[in-house]
Parts: sequence; structure tokens; C-alpha cells
Amino acid sequence: MTAPPLALLAELTHRCPLRCPYCSNPTALTRPGEELDTATWSRIFVEAADLGCLQIHLSGGEPTARRDILDLVRAASTAGLYTNLITSGVLLNGTRLDALAEAGLDHVQLSIQDAEPTSADRIGGYRGGHAKKLAFAHLVTEAGLPLTLNAVVHRQNLDRLPAMIDLALELGAGRLEVAHVQYYGWALANRDALMPTRAQLDAATATVEAARTTHRGRLVIDYVVPDYYATRPKSCMGGWGQRFLAVSPAGRILPCHAAESLPGFDFPDARTTTLRAAWEESEAFNRFRGTGWMPEPCQGCARAEQDWGGCRCQAFALTGDAAATDPACALSPHHALLALALEASDRAGEGFTYREPGRLPQPAPVLPLA
Amino acid sequence: MSPETVPKLARGMKLREDKTRAQWVVLGPERMFVPDEIALEIIRLLDGTSSLAAIADALAARYSAPREEILADITTLLDDLAAKGVVTA
Ligand code: SF4
Ligand code: SF4
Repeated sequence: MTAPPLALLAELTHRCPLRCPYCSNPTALTRPGEELDTATWSRIFVEAADLGCLQIHLSGGEPTARRDILDLVRAASTAGLYTNLITSGVLLNGTRLDALAEAGLDHVQLSIQDAEPTSADRIGGYRGGHAKKLAFAHLVTEAGLPLTLNAVVHRQNLDRLPAMIDLALELGAGRLEVAHVQYYGWALANRDALMPTRAQLDAATATVEAARTTHRGRLVIDYVVPDYYATRPKSCMGGWGQRFLAVSPAGRILPCHAAESLPGFDFPDARTTTLRAAWEESEAFNRFRGTGWMPEPCQGCARAEQDWGGCRCQAFALTGDAAATDPACALSPHHALLALALEASDRAGEGFTYREPGRLPQPAPVLPLA
Repeated sequence: MSPETVPKLARGMKLREDKTRAQWVVLGPERMFVPDEIALEIIRLLDGTSSLAAIADALAARYSAPREEILADITTLLDDLAAKGVVTA
């Protein structure tokens, strides 16, 4: 028996007023006309709860760009799921937020792009966005909802991490997520402009550790470390098809939100397949489940059931083979690619390819093995 | 925490039944905590008005056990849950 998943990531739409250059959405964005309707999403939420999911993350794009967001929150909450809204906060006013709380919303996760307004607006590609976010954060706490601030960090904002921590405290957030960029999709196209330096990374890690002690009991800080300076990969999603599933705006049922861009997969369609069938029986979910699929050097490695061979999407992005050992692992024959990427970013400028519909970035070249 | 402290589930934390896995869980943002039987019983007594002392009284009566021992035990347990961010004073 396959153990049931704990959480569903529902990517309600790819529409978003922001244009973050590290956006985790696929580079081929789904058009509004292809999005699942209210009834289908509501059925998916019930199926998720029946399958064993306890939490749901309503995400996107910008989930509140959906006109039926109120109905969707109510449907998720009625299904018994702990309902988290992952938002950029620029589209909601107080009245609508109160209505969402009323409908059963349990938690709000607000993204910020920086602590410094001009830089934040430049990174998000949306003028006035930062000010709107601050106003929105106040509305969240006024509505009595718990708030997490999510800061994606990289070379162009990492020096202001202490200010971002202060901002989280000032806004009354109970939790701060500091996440280094993961390089696939849009972020891979912008890797050279985003990659932090070793010194920045070390400073950030020290800042997080000190802040955790100083603000214990007041602010929880979750820290997602970057892969490019690592010698062992992260356990991506707690293992392929083991804890999480995601549904894309057009209804693809995925083991991870980034998986849609992996070639050679037939991901189940939520319009015609139940979540249970997708989770338990589909080839896509079973392909990288467990350890049987693993290549050398993962096969038989003592860490095989800790990191599950790392991230499949990163393996594909860097080696062209989704079934390869994640190059973040020093034991991977492709590990040297990371050092090459670091060197390249060292000489690179700060310009971005912004995330925009219909604008495919040049795929970053798969570097040849030295 | 002291005997006068009134502990409650931290903001955003919800106690829910997990029928699929036949257990109770405390859910929070990106967090899940599975209380053991004793922790679960104490979490259920957190009504936002009862102090630690009152909870110890209730448990002492229920199990006809020495109150001071219970108070010490639940103080340790709740301090631990507070450090994990599950409860607050
Ligand atoms: S990362 Fe930025 S562009 Fe992408 S969905 Fe979030 S707010 Fe929108
Ligand atoms: S060889 Fe594979 S299983 Fe072992 S540490 Fe590296 S990625 Fe993890």
C-alpha cells in the first residue's frame, strides 16, 4: 500500500500581476481559458481530504486572481482541509479578506521581494507592489489570521536579510520562510543574475541562526538552503509521490509543482482521473517512488531514503535526464556543473528575464561535462 | 510557564481528527504535530481561560493523583510544546 499524501498544492491559476524572475511556474504558462472550473476544483478538494491530505495550499500564480476564490476557500475548508492562501497580496482589499476568513481560511502566506521598496518593486516587476503588500499584511493580522512572510532570497536582496527579518516582526508575522531560489523554469533562465556569492550565503546562514535564538517564541524562521553550494541534495518534496501532490491550473496531477515541464511523462488529468487513482496507480507517480529506480551512485547509498536522490527537476534541468542523481550531490558525476554555474554567475550582470505569458526565455544551455 | 499561565494553542494551530491515519493532529502553517495520548488530553483542556494550576486540579481529580506531580509534569510538557510553537502563554 502506498502511504497517503499529507498536503495538496492547488495551483489555481498562472495569472499574476507580478513578474518575479525566479517564479516557480513553468515557462509555458497556462492560459486563463484552460483553467479548471469551480466545481472541478471543489471535487478535487474533497478527493484530497478523502485520500488523506490534511493541508491545502491555494497557490498560483496569484490565487486571488480567480473570481471564485471565495467559493474555493469555502470548498477547501468544508472538505476539512487546513487552508493556506499563498499570495502576493496586491489584489485583495479588507472586505474581501474578511470574507475569506469568514469562509474558513486558516492561514495566509504573503510573499515579499525585498525589504527595500524600490528594489522589491524592481524584482517583482510591479510598481507600488511593496507598499500594497505592507498594507495587506496589516489587514491579515487585523482579520485575526496568522501570517507567514515568504522571502525568496538571492544575490540581489540577500544583503538585506536582517531588514526582512525586522519587517516580519514589525508586521506581526508568526513565521518567516527564507527560501533560496531553486533553479528551474524562470529561475534557471535568470540564474546568473540571482546566484548568491559564497560570502552572502554564509552571512545569511549566520543571520538566520542568530535571529532564531533572539526571536525564539515570537518568530519561527524556516530556512531553505541553496543547492549550488551544497555537497548533498535536499530531500525534494519528501520524496517523489510520498507526501505531496500538486494540481496545475489546467488540471494536471503532479508529484511536485515543477514536474510538469519534465518530458516523457503522461501526468494524470484531474478532469478524468481521481486523485486516488493518480496517487496509487499512475505510472507518473510510481516512476520515481522509493529507491528502485535509482541509478548509481544513489543505488545502495546510505542516504537513499533520506534525500531520495534529490530533486528530479534539477537533475533534468542540469543533466537533461530526470532519472539522474541530483547534481547537487558531490557523488554525482555531474557535480562539477554547479561550480561552472557559480563561476559564470560571478561574471554576470543584474538584468532579469521577467516572467511573462507568451514569453519563453532562452533555455539555459546544458553545460557539457568537463 | 508558571501555574498562573493560561496556555492556548498558538495562532494558526488547529486540532483536527486525521481519520485516514486514525489519529489526532495539530495543524499549522507547514507544520504538523502528532500529540501522544497525554499531550492530546492536555491540549483538549486548553480552553483559553484555564490556568496551568486549574488544569492540574482537573487532572488530579480525574486520576486521583498527586497534584504537585501533575503540575510539574504538565509544565514540562507545555514548555516543550511552546518551544515547538504549538502552544503559547
Ligand atoms: S513568484 Fe512572483 S510572479 Fe510568480 S506567482 Fe509568485 S508573485 Fe507571481
Ligand atoms: S548518492 Fe544519491 S542517495 Fe546518496 S547522498 Fe547523493 S543523491 Fe543522496
